[in-house]
Amino acid sequence: MCLAIPSRITTVDGDLGVVDVAGVQRTASLLLIENPQVGDWVIVHAGFAIKRLDEETARESLQCLREAARLLEDEGDGEA
Amino acid sequence: MTSTLKHAHEYRDPRIAQGLVRLIRRTNQRPVRLMEVCGTHTMAIFRHGIRDLLPETISLLSGPGCPVCVTSQHDIDTFVAYAQRPGTIVATFGDLLRVPGSRSSLQAAKAAGRDVRVVYSTMDALEIARQNRGRSVVFLGVGFETTAPTVAASILAARQSGLDNFYVVSAHKTVPPALAALMQNDAVVIDGFILPGHVSVIIGRRAYQAFFDTHGTPCAIAGFEPADILHAVQLLCAQIETGRPALVNAYPRAVSEGGNPLAREVMAQVFAASDAEWRGIGRIPGSGLSLCAGFTDRDARQALPVEVPPAREPAGCACGAILTGAKTPPECALFRKACTPMNPVGPCMVSSEGTCAAYYRYHG
Ligand code: SF4
Repeated sequence: MCLAIPSRITTVDGDLGVVDVAGVQRTASLLLIENPQVGDWVIVHAGFAIKRLDEETARESLQCLREAARLLEDEGDGEA
Repeated sequence: MTSTLKHAHEYRDPRIAQGLVRLIRRTNQRPVRLMEVCGTHTMAIFRHGIRDLLPETISLLSGPGCPVCVTSQHDIDTFVAYAQRPGTIVATFGDLLRVPGSRSSLQAAKAAGRDVRVVYSTMDALEIARQNRGRSVVFLGVGFETTAPTVAASILAARQSGLDNFYVVSAHKTVPPALAALMQNDAVVIDGFILPGHVSVIIGRRAYQAFFDTHGTPCAIAGFEPADILHAVQLLCAQIETGRPALVNAYPRAVSEGGNPLAREVMAQVFAASDAEWRGIGRIPGSGLSLCAGFTDRDARQALPVEVPPAREPAGCACGAILTGAKTPPECALFRKACTPMNPVGPCMVSSEGTCAAYYRYHG
């Protein structure tokens, strides 16, 4: 029911849009997100886009995780 | 080939996962029991083999996070009663179909010629109502705060477009009151919660604050990639080892402090909190969502009441204990014997998000 995979909005037509979910095109209601735009990455649940993903935050968190993971590599068996 | 979100892909990077596992092994000293309260997490944990990556001191318990599984037997029977109601079309998400009720199931009703239609979205159910103006279309509403706004949006849309033959049976439930009920259950010991990602997208981190202030249980909101789940486990282990519990958001790319304001507003317009019956847990005050006074004409239970005989629980099924983490599926005598995905005895084996189905599929 819940697609944990981020989907991308490919068309917007009023409250309705088409999203690309890992290559599959699906219709989704855009009623629950503000100002949807083509190209936005969204989470889709039961046919509704429920959230636009924040790419900037995604990048920052990933950087933190990388650092946490790498710090230990340096201390441990040291593979980059 | 379409592009996937670059970062989503990178959250699957095995090197990050390995680094996090090393970090967890270093942080974790004592035995801990962490519960995930989201069926999509349960599936992700099995699919990515997360349990096998963790030290033996860490147990992951699956909680009441599968919407179909926590639906009470009485509610399942109510759904079947609507399927049997003359002149009615029942619209539902697919995973409810095969759940055995006390005497029948939606699938059996459908096989017997009743009009039961599987929809992908509530908007599809509205379309069925539009095309069948002479008949009542009843949508079976199960799910948590993630699904409830989509159902609320369909009710508002039905009103706007004058579709007076569209009804909803709401068996929706909310997560924070269930966390409190689990903490009060003596049969369950939980050292920390992996909080649901997409419920939290809607309600926001703040919605758990009252629970956290009362119980002080370590909590981490998690996403669904291996790195997300391992990161949450690591944060929880650190909180437990240092004795400093916190309510942290480990999924900030999707979850904010206040959640999705549009979705919350739509939900608040249509639903009001009510008591609800959970399979395995019982009645939890304020954990349900019923249609507000202004929408009783869309509430199937009020506008189209049906008789529902007293419920009978499936004999021998341990779903109740499984949903609270008190038992694992192999501890149920029927698991893999009388109960399989082809021939399910309880809802935890029916739904793809159910713990029994996940164990069946991924454990030997
Ligand atoms: S294995 Fe089947 S009978 Fe046993 S608890 Fe799970 S669903 Fe119920």
